[in-house]
Amino acid sequence: MTTTTTPEETGAPAGGLTTDHSRAQADGAHSHGVVPQGSRAERLTSFDLADIPVPTGREEEWRFSPVARIAPLFEDRLVGQSGGGDVRVTVVEAPEVSVEIVGRDDERLGTAGKPGDRTAVTAWNGFEQATVVTVPREAVASDVTSVRVEGSGDTPTASHVLVRAERHSEAVVVLDHLGSATLTETVEIVVEDGAHLTVVSVQDWADGAVHTSSHRARIGRDARLKHVVVTLGGDVVRITPDAEFTAEGGEVEMVGLYFADANQHQEHRLFVDHAVPRCKSRVTYKGALQGEGAHTVWVGDVLIQAEAEGTDTYELNRNLVLTDGARADSVPNLEIETGEIEGAGHASATGRFDDEQLFYLQARGIPEIEARRLVVRGFFAELIADIGVESVEERLLEAIERELNKSMSAIEGGGATDAEGVA
Amino acid sequence: MSTLEIRDLHVSVETKEGPKPILRGVDLTINSGEVHAIMGPNGSGKSTLAYSIAGHPKYQVTGGSITFDGQDVLAMTVDERARAGVFLAMQYPVEVPGVSVSNFLRTAKTAIDGEAPPLRHWVKDVKSAMQGLRMDDSFAARSVNEGFSGGEKKRHEILQMELLRPKFAVLDETDSGLDVDALRIVSEGVNRVHESTDAGILLITHYTRILRYITPDFVHVFVDGKVAEEGGPELADRLESEGYDRFLPGAVESASAASA
Repeated sequence: MTTTTTPEETGAPAGGLTTDHSRAQADGAHSHGVVPQGSRAERLTSFDLADIPVPTGREEEWRFSPVARIAPLFEDRLVGQSGGGDVRVTVVEAPEVSVEIVGRDDERLGTAGKPGDRTAVTAWNGFEQATVVTVPREAVASDVTSVRVEGSGDTPTASHVLVRAERHSEAVVVLDHLGSATLTETVEIVVEDGAHLTVVSVQDWADGAVHTSSHRARIGRDARLKHVVVTLGGDVVRITPDAEFTAEGGEVEMVGLYFADANQHQEHRLFVDHAVPRCKSRVTYKGALQGEGAHTVWVGDVLIQAEAEGTDTYELNRNLVLTDGARADSVPNLEIETGEIEGAGHASATGRFDDEQLFYLQARGIPEIEARRLVVRGFFAELIADIGVESVEERLLEAIERELNKSMSAIEGGGATDAEGVA
Repeated sequence: MSTLEIRDLHVSVETKEGPKPILRGVDLTINSGEVHAIMGPNGSGKSTLAYSIAGHPKYQVTGGSITFDGQDVLAMTVDERARAGVFLAMQYPVEVPGVSVSNFLRTAKTAIDGEAPPLRHWVKDVKSAMQGLRMDDSFAARSVNEGFSGGEKKRHEILQMELLRPKFAVLDETDSGLDVDALRIVSEGVNRVHESTDAGILLITHYTRILRYITPDFVHVFVDGKVAEEGGPELADRLESEGYDRFLPGAVESASAASA
């Protein structure tokens, strides 16, 4: 990936996809330098429910979301996951890692930033007990720590997970979301000085699930966070990862993969706050969509504050639309308050499945179904290899296979979709 | 022994103004082991013929037939044609990001043969075919055609032809954009396949240059969507010295005068 040295790279996708790039432009989906409703820095954050009212759907941060479907999670009083809610959290930790269940008053909670929208503030106010995963100082975890968030009903529930990597520790923590749930969640991530932490959050819900999650990460001096989001299942999933650097030399790599089927809404809104000098951020999100009413939203806000000299940032979003009737919105926003930076850029492209690729592969004897499979696997290949957690990679390849089988059966059933060129 | 037979082929392409006829009654018969060159000025329909044989959905066959050993090629899907033994080396090979050359080749070979190639032989075959085309080993790990130079794309097309061993190959302007060295390497590759498989070859070209390396048995001059003149290799020599001028509109009189 190339990084531009100009403050704002305008738009043209940095190669890779030869599909129809004009679409994103035509939809007005990819905006440049447009910062709606003032600077991201000015957006209100608060722990207080009264400060962040129930949204109408017209607000900048809700304008793409199906607020009616999320509404149960806007309510003041939610049930904590341990207090009769329908969600259970179980952890299988690496031997070097400790796990505690703590009450609301634990002072380690609420240190990684404040809620920035309604579901984040209801999550904060609704939880009763939090799960705290700690990687002790200088410990190197020998295995993946697995946090299983499993739902078994649709009672609106709030949950809270804190992952702390103490100084110079190293660990991989995988959060897995399964079953049926109506859940608003906070995932706090604290990466202390010199620590290297990977957090993977997989949303593999059953049909009908509604899930919002505010991920808030604080990254210390010379600390490194790899943050991976994988969204596959559920009716509505809306993840808002925030990353904030608190000292120089921090690095965050944010990787996302999503695959939306008919009537699924999958939304990922990221915010990377470069508040201190010489930190690096890389954001790469890729999604595939198929089926009537499949909707994905990717919003990537990056703020380089005046003090953040030497910042190096690049964000990229690509969407592959496999059938008619699906919609991908993609909005990168880059705000730069200092010219003294290493590099800052973004790219976004939404393309349809490319008939010329299909023809080329078929002309080599490869049947249409297999050709489609190759192209979609190829679209995600590099991203999956980047995740670096073997068990997650394998699972993803299987999940993509499963998703593809759905669309393949639609094609085989005669519902051939996007064969003819649509501009 | 295989035969590809094209009879009175009419093909249109969809445009904003409606269907536009490109091929207007093409007749060609190509047998195994024969090399046919189709030459003609730009816009004469040469590439349309190539794509129509391979089955590109953009081209609508409005009349005539293509048969391969009696089978109706036009009734086959694109991949069925390839599995029947028809190969098209494309003028503009398509990039497929994230799909490695080695994965692509193995998938194609498996599809064409109906079973996966025995691994050890396959690895060896790929390696030696790549060496023959002076392709670096690192090629196998790259994404299909992504970031390839013009010459690399053409070598990759011929590499596929060598490995897939078609009964019949159409080479669509494989020579265009190649420097002399690359042209020689690619031509040697074509000749190797031709000698070892006895494939019938339809070589589409604008220039006579490639015919110095690949000797055609027959030369067809394509003008305005059909074959205007046919002959042996000597016809290519004549085109080399005279160009296409005598086939172009307004040049009819002088052409007949010249041949009289």
